[in-house]
Amino acid sequence: MEIGLAHYLSVSAILLTLGIFGIFLNRKNVIVILMSVELMLLAVNINLVAFSSFLHDMVGQVFALFVLTVAAGEAAIGLAILVVYFRNRGTIAVEDIHHMKG
Amino acid sequence: MVLPEFSIALPEIFLAAAALFLLMFGVFKGKDATGPVSWLAVLSLIITAFLVVLGGSDTQLTFSDLYRTDAFGNFMKILALGASILAIIMSMDFNKREKMDRFEFPVLIVTASLGMMVMISANDLMSLYMGIELMSLSLYVTAAFRRDSVRSTEAGLKYFVLGALSSGMLLYGCSLIYGFTGSTNFDAIATVVAGEQGHISLGLLVGIVFLIAGLAFKVSAVPFHMWTPDVYEGVPTPVTAFFAAAPKIAGMALFMRTFLIPFGDAVGQWQQIIIFISIASMVLGAFAAINQKNIKRLMAYSSIGHIGYALVGLAAGTEEGVRGVLIYMSIYVVMNIGTFAIILSMRQKDGMVEDISELAGLGKTRPVMAFLLMIFMFSLAGVPPLAGFFGKFYVFVAAINSGLYALAVIGLLASVVGAFYYIRIIKIMYFDDEKEGFKPANRTMTWIMGGAGIFTALFFVYPAPLLSSAAAAAAVLFQ
Repeated sequence: MEIGLAHYLSVSAILLTLGIFGIFLNRKNVIVILMSVELMLLAVNINLVAFSSFLHDMVGQVFALFVLTVAAGEAAIGLAILVVYFRNRGTIAVEDIHHMKG
Repeated sequence: MVLPEFSIALPEIFLAAAALFLLMFGVFKGKDATGPVSWLAVLSLIITAFLVVLGGSDTQLTFSDLYRTDAFGNFMKILALGASILAIIMSMDFNKREKMDRFEFPVLIVTASLGMMVMISANDLMSLYMGIELMSLSLYVTAAFRRDSVRSTEAGLKYFVLGALSSGMLLYGCSLIYGFTGSTNFDAIATVVAGEQGHISLGLLVGIVFLIAGLAFKVSAVPFHMWTPDVYEGVPTPVTAFFAAAPKIAGMALFMRTFLIPFGDAVGQWQQIIIFISIASMVLGAFAAINQKNIKRLMAYSSIGHIGYALVGLAAGTEEGVRGVLIYMSIYVVMNIGTFAIILSMRQKDGMVEDISELAGLGKTRPVMAFLLMIFMFSLAGVPPLAGFFGKFYVFVAAINSGLYALAVIGLLASVVGAFYYIRIIKIMYFDDEKEGFKPANRTMTWIMGGAGIFTALFFVYPAPLLSSAAAAAAVLFQ
């Protein structure tokens, strides 16, 4: 069986869905949410590189490099915010983040 | 190798250099750097605004067509820069009093403004994404800026998680659009979409839906609004004032440019989604705000509602509609800044208060402040002849002229419901028993709220400059 564009797109769609569900169904830990976000961005990268290869166009790969760079910055800022939050509350369990409601 | 034409992006290049310089200046100055850095940040934003004006309003492309300046971009950039400048000025006194006066705050606002300018000038999915991320990453940090406060850090964490989710969806949309049109450039996408004559492929449509989801999050339109009330309530008040103005302008600019340039020929495909988002935002903004006790939370729901009204103009998909959105956003920003100048002056002996009930009797204790807040509340509710009425008028007329009667009627009904909670504030100020009252507002706040009040109250006397520049800006998207 030859692996075509549709296979790549399916893998990427599955990864994206896993990422989104990881954010919403997870009740335990904010770190898991950060991992889910990374998973979503990686799904996008698979998409971009697959399209780039099948369209014979370099733009997609350049885009993927930009996404990788920004993802690193995003993870750094996310962890930094998580650290200040942990200092204040002493916990990073998702179900404890409910100071404001309404 | 040919170098790109840098001079077209001169304002952005200047602002990027200024942000780096301010950071270095703050670090080497050490103690007491906040005041000078804040004023230098204001100065560099003003210079940037001048550079934007000097650049002229011709449509120009640079950096391999990733980047575009035109009259539309200039209009939105001036608006966003003005909102950022006022946000810095309004934050200075508060930050000092609340002992969070670190010099990184104005620098972060400068980098966020840079991100907004890139968003507004984006002519490619890549520059769109880079602009959004530059703005969002700065905003996540400003949200959690008061790092010893549980509420502020929690708001920052929520904003970050949901913002990252929306960026992921936006990017997935971008990747699908790239894959199904073969390009990330707006003009190239427009050519492909025009060739498909209204019947765009399913993959492209899914991409557009994901893109709308991501952008709707950035302007906090329903159903992607859930972060707004919590974040607005939790973050320090000057940050709320900033969040409610500048990022919304950039988000709406991006919304209009992305949907009218690349997907302008597929109006029928995205119009229903925008109509749905718009109705949902207007209705939620009207009903959810009724029971709020915290004024920042109330302003959060109010801003959701106002984004809904602005989207009415985009849903019309015509030049008239875009002109309406531009007028609406300009007026919205002025009213919002005026209101937040008053919220930032809600200061008693023991510090800042945020409860609406503390406004009781303000009509007697601080008559001028109460009068100005009354003007803003009537204007936000859309009562003629105040500015807010004209904002709503132009978007609704545009909706009716393109046959969207139901949308216009629902919008009018929602604004009637919304008037309830604005007028409730006026009732509390003038008819409830006096409470402790507030300390006198400081001079800068008085100037800002007075200026915004005069604009709001007297807009109808001489509306021509705003109307004509908005019309010129809107025309660019339909060439």
